[in-house]
Amino acid sequence: MATGKNNIEWYQQNFDLLEKSLNGGSTTRLHSARKQAMKRFSDLGFPTLRDEEWRFTNVTPITKVPFTPVLREDQESAGADDVRKYSYAELQSIQLVFVDGHFRKDLSSLSNAGERIVISDLGSIISSEGNPALEALTRDALAGYDALTALNTAFLQDGAFISVPKGVTLEVPIHLLYLASRRNQPFLSSPRNLILAGPDSRVSIVETYAGLTDNLYFTNAVSDIVLSEGATVEHDKLQIESENAYHIGAIYIRQHARSSYTANSISLGGSIVRNTVVAVLEEEHSECTLNGLALGTGKQLVDNHTVIDHASPNCSSHELYKSVLDGRAKGVFNGKIFVRKDAQKTDAKQTNKTLLLSDEATIDTKPQLEIFADDVKCTHGATVGQLDDEQVFYLRSRGVGLDDARDILTYAFASDIIRRVHVQPLREQLEGMIQARLNRGRIQGLETE
Amino acid sequence: MLAIENLHASVKGNEILRGVNLKVNAGEIHAIMGPNGSGKSTLAQVLGGRETYDVTEGKVTFKGKDLLDLAPEERAREGLFLAFQYPVEIPGVTTSYFLKAAVNSVRRHRGEPELDAMEFLSIIKEKARLVEMDQSFLHRSVNEGFSGGEKKRNEIFQMAVLDPHLAILDETDSGLDIDALRIVADGVNKLRRPDNAVVVVTHYQRLLNYIVPDFVHVLINGRIVRSGGKELALELEEKGYDWVKPGAPVTVEG
Repeated sequence: MATGKNNIEWYQQNFDLLEKSLNGGSTTRLHSARKQAMKRFSDLGFPTLRDEEWRFTNVTPITKVPFTPVLREDQESAGADDVRKYSYAELQSIQLVFVDGHFRKDLSSLSNAGERIVISDLGSIISSEGNPALEALTRDALAGYDALTALNTAFLQDGAFISVPKGVTLEVPIHLLYLASRRNQPFLSSPRNLILAGPDSRVSIVETYAGLTDNLYFTNAVSDIVLSEGATVEHDKLQIESENAYHIGAIYIRQHARSSYTANSISLGGSIVRNTVVAVLEEEHSECTLNGLALGTGKQLVDNHTVIDHASPNCSSHELYKSVLDGRAKGVFNGKIFVRKDAQKTDAKQTNKTLLLSDEATIDTKPQLEIFADDVKCTHGATVGQLDDEQVFYLRSRGVGLDDARDILTYAFASDIIRRVHVQPLREQLEGMIQARLNRGRIQGLETE
Repeated sequence: MLAIENLHASVKGNEILRGVNLKVNAGEIHAIMGPNGSGKSTLAQVLGGRETYDVTEGKVTFKGKDLLDLAPEERAREGLFLAFQYPVEIPGVTTSYFLKAAVNSVRRHRGEPELDAMEFLSIIKEKARLVEMDQSFLHRSVNEGFSGGEKKRNEIFQMAVLDPHLAILDETDSGLDIDALRIVADGVNKLRRPDNAVVVVTHYQRLLNYIVPDFVHVLINGRIVRSGGKELALELEEKGYDWVKPGAPVTVEG
């Protein structure tokens, strides 16, 4: 087993391999960003429990496995049948499929995209040196993000690039499907997405992260989303990685005036899961809504970590995160809200609710409000509890069995988030998926093939 | 149908029922009256199977079975229905979804096939009319945001759908205005049959103008202290509970 230090060497060696494979591409601006990121990762190393932002989330198991970064796609690694399983019925979407972080054109369908909208794999965008998207990407990539975002940038090769021009409304959602293949060796997948919503544009994005087997792998995904003035982005993220997988996903959002970003993050799979969302409300009259649901059982660890930075006046943010934890699962919610000195008339609301189905499941919940303006409305609340005895008895008194009563009430708790999911076929699929996992009064493990 | 013998029950060590005896036959309506704190609601909850109460002594037989041995859901499936004094709100669960689960649990228990969505819908629509409820409530969360009257009507509606042998109405009249009271009582009366029975638990005589009992029992301090016909309720209304308090325990077999 590699120790923390050796592990950095392991990624450095793999970085050198990537560099060699670039064939002269190592002098590009992108690659200099990669190099800086690799250095940053080497300096920082994997986070430990001593890091304030990782106090409750122990990633030591991730540091102990030499995950091989997947440097090039493998056509054999996944096929059309695998994709079909995760293409939501009736969803007339634009679908981009990534296998182990690499774009698979043969499995994707872009036919529903209008001509003016750029929807593409990031790989082909970043290979053209003069592309303005590259500037946005490299600037954000180097903005001092944490170690794992730096690791993603170090191995940045592919992902989704979406640019919606001014005033355009996309009628169909864009589905970004990330599949982890059947490779036997532990592997690292580092998808990187860049989403630019132009002024007064409107787009709905669905992300699905799924594993095809219960193999050991590590998804370290990063998305950058920039909303121009008046843009609206709806974002649903479904994480159903295999039960042995590690999933670290970070989403960085920048919002300009009058923009609206709404996300629903549903976390059902994975062994160690960290969803980080950082939203900066840079200009006035913007809205940011973050909702999340985590289901955990066995020894799963699910951490939802959010930062909402009210950097300008008259913006609002709403957060509702719910967890249902069974077995020895551990949940973490950390919600940081900054209200900067000039951000008067901020309206921020944060709620975290946890339902514990077993005595051994635990949650660490930590609201952090840092308010420097005086004319603001900020509220936060956290509840942790078990199923309500009165409700259970009420259902039983009508003939519903104890286990069924528990399942019904647990589902009701979770459905509060599910019903907010924007895209209907996804919402319906989720309803079925979660009902199937609530059985005999408990959370059942995730099915794998 | 129901035989209660020397029932003692306590909550957190405080004895609330101190030897209740009661017999209810098919086709009868019994009223249990008593002042606040007399143990009326405890009796209803104990019969329903609420686990917060400890039965320390006594026996309850329902249709020949030992009722106290059955889980709350088994009691319901055997045909016992408890209308709650304070119906519980269940956000996120629609009345129609919840009742379908309930009806089909009861049907499975009886060895009857489960109802499909269409059959179920036609039954619940018919029963909703019985208690004059707008059908939109079927698709709302159970009791969430309902007025006191709506909650009580929802109880009677559920009773109509589940079609029990024995219904125990726990202070169903409390918090109802006169119109709601009439609707609730009409619902109960329409469901009355020679093969079922009703136990009405109430503080006031008012409800008994609408649901006319065959027997009235006065529960004070955890015991039935007096039993009689419907005229006993009127007498209580006139003279107050103090009137019966000194009396010795009396049991009338129904």
